[in-house]
Amino acid sequence: MSPTYYLILAAALFTIGAVGVLVRRNAIVVFMCVELMLNALNLTLVTFSRINGTLDGQVMAFFVMVVAAAEVVIGLAIIMAIFRSRSSTSVDDANILKY
Amino acid sequence: MSSILDVLWLLIALPLGSAVVLLLAGRRADRWGHYLGCATVAASFVLGVLAFLALQARTDRSVEETLFRFLGVGSLKVDIGLLYDPLSAVFVLLITGVGLLIHVYSIGYMAHDSARRRFFAYLNLFVAAMLLLVLANNFVVVYIGWEGVGLASYLLIAFWYYKPAAASAAKKAFLMNRVGDVGLALAIFLMFANLGTTSYSGVFAGVGNLSSVTATTVGILLLLGACGKSGQFPLQAWLPDAMEGPTPVSALIHAATMVTAGVYLIVRASPIFNASPTAQLMVCIVGAVTLLIGCIIGCAKDDIKRVLAYSTMSQIGYMFLAAGLGGPAYALAILHLLTHGFFKAGLFLGAGSVMHGMKDQTDIRRFGGLARVMPATAITFGLGYLAIIGLPPLSGFFSKDPIIQHAFDRPGWSGWAFGGAALLGAGLTAFYMTRLMVLTFFGRRRWAAASGGQLPEPKESPWVMTAPMGALAVGSVAAGFLLSNADALSNWLAPVVGAPVESVAHKLEPLTVTWSVLGAVMLGVVIAAAMFARGTARSEPVTANPIVLAARRNLYADVINEAVFVRLGAWAMRVLVFVDSRGVDGTINGLAAVCGGTSARLRRLQTGFVRSYSLTMLVGVVAVILAFSLAVFR
Repeated sequence: MSPTYYLILAAALFTIGAVGVLVRRNAIVVFMCVELMLNALNLTLVTFSRINGTLDGQVMAFFVMVVAAAEVVIGLAIIMAIFRSRSSTSVDDANILKY
Repeated sequence: MSSILDVLWLLIALPLGSAVVLLLAGRRADRWGHYLGCATVAASFVLGVLAFLALQARTDRSVEETLFRFLGVGSLKVDIGLLYDPLSAVFVLLITGVGLLIHVYSIGYMAHDSARRRFFAYLNLFVAAMLLLVLANNFVVVYIGWEGVGLASYLLIAFWYYKPAAASAAKKAFLMNRVGDVGLALAIFLMFANLGTTSYSGVFAGVGNLSSVTATTVGILLLLGACGKSGQFPLQAWLPDAMEGPTPVSALIHAATMVTAGVYLIVRASPIFNASPTAQLMVCIVGAVTLLIGCIIGCAKDDIKRVLAYSTMSQIGYMFLAAGLGGPAYALAILHLLTHGFFKAGLFLGAGSVMHGMKDQTDIRRFGGLARVMPATAITFGLGYLAIIGLPPLSGFFSKDPIIQHAFDRPGWSGWAFGGAALLGAGLTAFYMTRLMVLTFFGRRRWAAASGGQLPEPKESPWVMTAPMGALAVGSVAAGFLLSNADALSNWLAPVVGAPVESVAHKLEPLTVTWSVLGAVMLGVVIAAAMFARGTARSEPVTANPIVLAARRNLYADVINEAVFVRLGAWAMRVLVFVDSRGVDGTINGLAAVCGGTSARLRRLQTGFVRSYSLTMLVGVVAVILAFSLAVFR
């Protein structure tokens, strides 16, 4: 089975994630889309690691997972804080930081 | 040895201190302020007399005293230093002596003015500045005094500042003086640039090294300064307007002392003028032109103080003429200055006394017959009148006659021109002074008819006013003879302006000149007496010959100033304002507007919507990737 299929799958997942970030309003869904993009990236890293026969990509994937875990902690906390003050999880409602 | 000559600074410090005290003390000093003002000037006068006697006892008649360093920048070193020599001594006596009399007179004249204390403060300030001017030993200190008297003059002309005429007259005097001051300042700059010093001794020693062009330029710039201060052509227009100030001010500043500062400057700077015949000729021309202008306008004016103001201008013209003739005539300029100080101050005080009695009326057409009701004023004014027209043996004769003589002595055509002008001036002086005298003190009592008996009978002024007038009248009578007898003043001034020449070959016989002067004077007196003995209309006739009409309008001096300087200046100023507001400001404002407008539009990008930010990021990332791809795959 050619590794190219994994790359196509990863690209598809990334695109779904990116479009989701751009079009969805619910902060939780946006958050999940971000996770989707990160994991698409992980898949790409692992695939290239396999293609090239080195472990660099796999190591990098672990780093991304750690970063993603940390990001989930911070991000969910922020969403909680916003929800407490505005009773909403819509990203369009948190728009006062502007001109 | 401690002598009076070591503490010359006291002469200046006393009136200055009094001015400071009076200005700072405020209303608390209202009750005793005028006494303090008089006392300090009196003390200065006593010191001046003592210093004069001390100087007379010395063989070397010049005392220099350096007080402190005023400026020390590179090679420019200016000390506040005093020079007491025969010329300064004469001026110190004139300023403090006449100043004291006028201070005393002012006690009475200003008695009903609630701001009398302020008046005395300014008068003291003036005396201090004028003393600094004549006691300085370098041109920078002269300049300080020069500006000081200008300031005092401004403050005193505008003493009744709530009168618009007085306020604008003060402004006019200050501005026209400023034109002259620029000349003096430029002359000082030139001296320093060429000689590296501004002290009298240094400059006069180095005059020989100056090129004739530089010497002439310095001389003409000094003359410009002198013209401004002394109300000489072409800067004469401020002097008559200065009569808006209180009359003692007119007597002290605008007749006896400050306006003669120009003559002092020229005589003091005599080495510079001696080095430049062109500058001397200019001084003569200015003097001759001004003396005729003053006489002509004086004949047509109806305001008693303005007639005297134009008379002052014309008499200072005589002094300038004498100073321009140079040589032995320098001493004559100072002689005329001193005698003029007496009789003109006396005439002004007399005019003030008349105004005091006539409820501040100044129009001579509404006087008449005052000799009966104000005898002391009439007698002192009359003695001043006889002195100014040059009747022997009063003061004016001894000072004016030799000036005319020397004017004729000038070689070539200029001698005839200057002599003729001076002779004509003497005749005209007799005419307008007789007119003034006759219309004020003799003839019908036009004031009585005017008020229909409502105006109370004018009263003679109190003794505090008549006593100084009497003292000045004595000076008007005797000063000329005393000072010119056996060349007393010429010999005294010899160390400063050069020894008097023993035997001068006169172009015209002295007796011829004397008789022609007396003839001209008599002619003027007789014509004026014949014209005005029967009084005059109460208002000036509308129709008159062109000369009279021109003279009534000050020979169009104000019109010319307005057309040439004010209009041109205003126009240039408008151009500058346009360039500044549209050009300079426009560039800066335009730049700011472009930045502001751009930012205002750009900040709209910050919408606050997270999703639009992420779209921007996406677009950016795509753009970066495309760029890299193009770079790699091309």
